[in-house]
Amino acid sequence: MGPIFTPADEWSYVVALVIGIGFGFILESAGFSSARKLAGVFYGYDFIVIRVFFTAAITAGLGLLYFHYLGWIDLEQVFVNRFYIGPTIIGGVFAGIGMLLGGFCPGTSFSAAAIGKIDAMIFIGGIMIGAFIFDLAYPLYSEFYKSGALGPVKVYDSIGISKELFVLLFVIIAIAVFVITAKIQTKVSNKIQKY
Amino acid sequence: MENTKKYMNPYLAGFILGLIILFSFWHTREGLGSSGAVKRAVAKIEQIVVPSHIENPNSYFHKYVKNGKEPLKNRLVFMVIGLLLGGFISGIINNRLKLKLEHSPKLTSKKRIIAAVLGGVMFGIGASFARGCASGGGLSAMAVFATSGFVLVAVMFGTGYLFAWFFRKLWL
Repeated sequence: MGPIFTPADEWSYVVALVIGIGFGFILESAGFSSARKLAGVFYGYDFIVIRVFFTAAITAGLGLLYFHYLGWIDLEQVFVNRFYIGPTIIGGVFAGIGMLLGGFCPGTSFSAAAIGKIDAMIFIGGIMIGAFIFDLAYPLYSEFYKSGALGPVKVYDSIGISKELFVLLFVIIAIAVFVITAKIQTKVSNKIQKY
Repeated sequence: MENTKKYMNPYLAGFILGLIILFSFWHTREGLGSSGAVKRAVAKIEQIVVPSHIENPNSYFHKYVKNGKEPLKNRLVFMVIGLLLGGFISGIINNRLKLKLEHSPKLTSKKRIIAAVLGGVMFGIGASFARGCASGGGLSAMAVFATSGFVLVAVMFGTGYLFAWFFRKLWL
């Protein structure tokens, strides 16, 4: 029964390398290696990022539940991100503006830098500077950084509905988003300049 | 450019990416991540250049060197090496390898460079506060139905839509 290795196990480095290759290959193949694709989400001319992102989240989420039902994975052993209310929200605001300015997120910038996108290499340099700035100013908000700790909470518990109902709603909402954004994209992409 | 292949169907790409994330959890208990490796690279540079700073237990990156740990000896570093390799392989197959600063024709190269640096800086700060970026703190967290993942993705895209108007000249 999975998970097979712990993160400290050196085999997990090899697995991580292989997973990284698949991850980078898919990001580049799907077009995330162009900053225009991620920016398109916010201007309505290209929603592929939304399609890939939510399809991946649903596939992995449903897959984990199936693996659990079949007894192939112990979900108690799987890492669940801890929720810190304030820091998560502030982090999201910074990251959102970062996406608008750069047209990348860290993952996509690596897949773009790999094919020679100079803007992506510059973006990666920026992330390093940003992480360094965060570290330098850390004493100013070290208390805030640890505040609002709710632990590894699950979204269906936070909302107060059953896991099954949440998964169903999530899939329905995703399909609705796919349909609506496809319509918006058809309308908007005719009006704007291609490059 | 005429030889450049079209991009993969996004739903197929998403499905395969989902299987990769599933495989990752099944094997290593954890999902994807990319900002972690960047933070660790910064920690490594600090360890070499300003060791006294990072050895301070109150410093943010101290957790990466605590008890004689090596900051770069982590699965996320290997994942990012893989990410670069995977992107490069796809670039070869699809004939998209080219050194290029991509930007809107209405925008100067200089402005694109400034926007890209600032975007990176904002993301670097954001991914530190949020304890992860879109891949680790967002996508992989959503796959395990972590509340933090749903909140981070909602705030990230929400902020994007809220401020998109101010940055429209960068893209349209």
